[in-house]
Amino acid sequence: MGIKWNEFFITGDPLILGSQIAIVLTMVGIVAGVTYLKKWKWLWSEWITTVDHKRIGIMYIISGVLMFFRGGMDGLLMKAQTSRPEMEFLDAQHYNEIFTTHGVIMILFMAMPMLIGIMNVVVPLQIGARDVAFPQLNALSFWLFFGGAMLFNISFVIGGSPDAGWTSYFPLAGKEFSPGIGNNYYAVALQIAGIGTLLSGINFVVTILKMRTKGMTLMKMPMFTWTSFIASVIIIAAFPIFTVALALMTFDRLYGAHFFTLSGGGLDMLWANLFWLWGHPEVYILVLPAFGIYSEIISTFSRKTLFGYKSMVLSILIIAFLSMVVWVHHFYTMGSGPAVNSIFSITTMAIAVPTGIKIFNWLFTMRKGRIKMTNAMLWSLAFVPCFIIGGVTGVMLGMGAADYQYHNTLFLVAHFHYTIIPGVVFAVFAALYYWWPKMFGFTLNEKIGRWHFWLFVIGFNATFMPMFFLGLDGAVRRSYTYSVESGFAPLFLVSAIGSVILALGFFAFCYNIYWSIRHADRNITGDPWNARTLEWATASPVQPYNFAKLPEVDGLDPFWKMKKNNEGLTIKDSDIEEIHMPSNSGLPFFMGVVFGVAGFFLVFEWHIAAAIAAIGIIAGLIYRSFDYDEGYHIPVDEIKETESKWRNVEGEVHNYVK
Amino acid sequence: MSSKIDHSLPLEYQTEQNRLNILGFWIFLGAEIVLFATLFGVYGVLYQRYAGGPTHQDIIMIKDVLIQTVLLLTSSFTMGIAIFEMRRQQLKGLIFWLVITLLLGSGFLFMEINEFIHYVHLGATMQTSAFLSSLFVLLGTHGAHVTFGIIWAIMVIIQLVRRGLTPTTARKTFIIGLYWHFLDVVWIFIFTFVYLKGMVG
Repeated sequence: MGIKWNEFFITGDPLILGSQIAIVLTMVGIVAGVTYLKKWKWLWSEWITTVDHKRIGIMYIISGVLMFFRGGMDGLLMKAQTSRPEMEFLDAQHYNEIFTTHGVIMILFMAMPMLIGIMNVVVPLQIGARDVAFPQLNALSFWLFFGGAMLFNISFVIGGSPDAGWTSYFPLAGKEFSPGIGNNYYAVALQIAGIGTLLSGINFVVTILKMRTKGMTLMKMPMFTWTSFIASVIIIAAFPIFTVALALMTFDRLYGAHFFTLSGGGLDMLWANLFWLWGHPEVYILVLPAFGIYSEIISTFSRKTLFGYKSMVLSILIIAFLSMVVWVHHFYTMGSGPAVNSIFSITTMAIAVPTGIKIFNWLFTMRKGRIKMTNAMLWSLAFVPCFIIGGVTGVMLGMGAADYQYHNTLFLVAHFHYTIIPGVVFAVFAALYYWWPKMFGFTLNEKIGRWHFWLFVIGFNATFMPMFFLGLDGAVRRSYTYSVESGFAPLFLVSAIGSVILALGFFAFCYNIYWSIRHADRNITGDPWNARTLEWATASPVQPYNFAKLPEVDGLDPFWKMKKNNEGLTIKDSDIEEIHMPSNSGLPFFMGVVFGVAGFFLVFEWHIAAAIAAIGIIAGLIYRSFDYDEGYHIPVDEIKETESKWRNVEGEVHNYVK
Repeated sequence: MSSKIDHSLPLEYQTEQNRLNILGFWIFLGAEIVLFATLFGVYGVLYQRYAGGPTHQDIIMIKDVLIQTVLLLTSSFTMGIAIFEMRRQQLKGLIFWLVITLLLGSGFLFMEINEFIHYVHLGATMQTSAFLSSLFVLLGTHGAHVTFGIIWAIMVIIQLVRRGLTPTTARKTFIIGLYWHFLDVVWIFIFTFVYLKGMVG
C-alpha cells in the first residue's frame, strides 16, 4: 500500500482547485437536475441498460464531445503557456501532464469514440441489419471504454496525471524516473478502454461479414461500411499488441519486472517498437472510417455515384497492409541503421499512393456533379487541401535522412495535427451534420453551422500552420517555454490566437446543438438530404427495429435506385411480421463500473482491494454465462403503428436539399 | 436474429445467433494469436538478457515439462472426444470426457505452479532479469488462460447438466472446445521455443 493520503488529492494549484470545485458542482448539478426532472428511471431503462446500436452510438458520441471539451481545454492551456516567451502560467510539471493528457484524450477518448459511435449508428443501417451481431457485447464495449475514460480523467485531481507524453516512452515512463502513480493511470485506464475497443472490432467484423441484407455482396457495400470493416480488422490485428505492451508496462511499474527498464537487461526501445506497432495502425483505424464518411457525403451532395469504387476498396486494403509495416518511421533516430531506415522510408512514402488515389477519386466524384454546399459537404471540401498539406509533410518526415532534422520538433506536431484534424475531426463534424437527423429527427442549423465551419477551419490553420515554421526553425515539441532570443515569439503568438478562434468554432458547434434542440424543424422526412444508401430508407429518428421489412439490394446506392424506380418505398401490411429484439441489460454497465473500480485500486497499487473488485468482474462473467434471456418480440400491430406514423405524415414535410 | 432452427446442420450451428457467436469466437482467437505472438516476440528479443542471473539451463526441469506437455496434449485429445460425443448426442459421454479434460488440465496447472515455485526457490523471479520477466509473463499468460478455461468449462458443464443438449449449450461447449485446442497450440510453441530451444542453448 504505502499511499500518502495527503497526496491523494492534488492540492496547491489554483487551476486544479478550480477544476475540482467545477467537477463537484457539475456532478451535484447533474444529480439534482435528473432528480428534479424525475428522469432516473428513464436514464436507466432507456440509456444505461440499452443494447440498441443507435443509442450506444449516441452515447459514444456524447462522450466524445465531452472529451473533446476536456482535451481542447488542455490544448488551450498549452497555447496560453507558450503564447509569450518565459511565461509563468504553467510550471514544467503541469505542462508535461497537460500535453500527455491532451494527446491521450484526443486520440483514444475523443477520436475513437466519435468514430466508433458513428460506426455504431450507421453501419447496421447501411447494410440493412436490425442490430449488430452481439448487441450486449456492444454495450459492454461502450461501458468499458467509458470506465477507462473516466478513470483516466480523474487522474488530474486524484493522484496526479501521467506526464511522460501520450507515447509514454521508457525509461522516462518507468518507475525509476516517474515514481508517482500518474503513469499507472496511463497503463490501467488505457488497458480497460482498449479491451472495449477490441470487442467492438470483433463485433463489427462479424456484423459486416454475416448480417448484410439480401443481395448486398461485399463489392456492393457502401464505402463507409467498407472502411469500418477494414478499420475493425486493423483493430483486431493491432489492439492485442497494445494490450501486451500496457500489461508489460504494468508489470514493470507495479511488480518490478525488467521489460523496458535500463537495469536488469530490459530494453527501453522495445516499448517504442511495441507502442508504434499498435500506434501506427491506430491512426489508420481513425482515418479509414473518416475516409468512408467523406466518400458517402461527397457522393450524396455531388448527386453522383462514388467515382472509382473498386480502386477505393483496393486503396483501403493497401493502406491497411502498409499501416502495419511503417512503425519504425516514428524513431528513425533510434539508430537501427541505413538499411532498416530505408525500408521503412519506402513503405511510409508508399502510403501516399493509395491515399492519392482516394483524393483523386473524391475530386472526380465531384466533377460534373450538381454540388450542394451543405455543411457536411463544406467540411468534406475543406478536408481535401488541409489533409494534402498533412500528407505531403508526412512524406517529408518519412524520408529517414531528413527526419533527423525534423524529429521531435513542432514540425512533426504540426504535421500530425494536419492529418488528424482534417482527417478525423472534420470528418466527425461532417458526419454529425449529415447523420444527425437519423439520430435525433432534426437537422442541425445550417447557418450557425457556417460559423462553426469558418471559425474552426480558419482557427485550425492559424494554430498549426505557424508550427511548421517554428519546427523548421528548431522549436522542439513538449518544451514548456522558450527564450526571447529564440525569435519564436511572433509565430507562437499567432498560433495561440488561432487556437482561440478554433475554440470559438467549437463553441459555435455546441451552440448549434443547443439551438437546434430548442428550435429546429421536427417535421422532416427520413431522407432530408436526398441521399443514396439504405440508412435513409428508415424514419428520422430511426425506429427501434430499423427496418420493418429487410430491404433487398442489387447494386451500389440502393436507396437512390429505389427512389428513381419508385419501388420498395412503401410497405404492405402483409409484409410485416413480428420482430425479435434483444433485451436490455444492466450487466454491461455493472462491468464498466467494476472494471473502473478495480482499475482505480490497481493504479494506487492497493492489490488486495483490486483483487476483491476483480471478483466482481468474474461474478459478472459467470452471471452472463447463466443468462438465458431470449429477448422479446415486437408485435405486428405496434410495427404497423410506428410505420404508419412516419410513412404518412400529415401536413408539410421538409426535404432539406432537393 | 430469428430463432429459426436448421436441423440439417450440427447442433451448435443450428441457429443464426450460434453461427454468429462461433464466427465471433474464431475472430477472437485471431486476436489471441496476435497477443501471444507479441509475447513470443518480446521473449525472442529478451531471452538471452540474463543480467547475471540464472540461464535456461540453470532452471529448466525438462522432465516435469514433458509431463506437463503430455497432460495438456492428452487433454486436447479428450476434448476432441467430448465434441465427438456431443455430435453423437451422447450427453453422458460428453460430460464424462469434459471432466477428464478438466482433470488433465488441472494436473497441468498444478505442475506449472510447482514449476514456478521451484524457479522462485532457485532465486529466479520475475524481478531478476529481462529473460525471466519475459519467461514468467509468457508462461503466466498461458497458465492464466488455462485457469480461466477450467472455470469457464465448469460453468458449461453445470449448464449441460441442468439443461441437457440444446443448440445453445452445444454452442457453448463447442466454443470452449475451440478455446482449449487453441491453448494447446500455444503450448506447442512454448514447448518448442522456450524449453527445447532453451535446453540446447
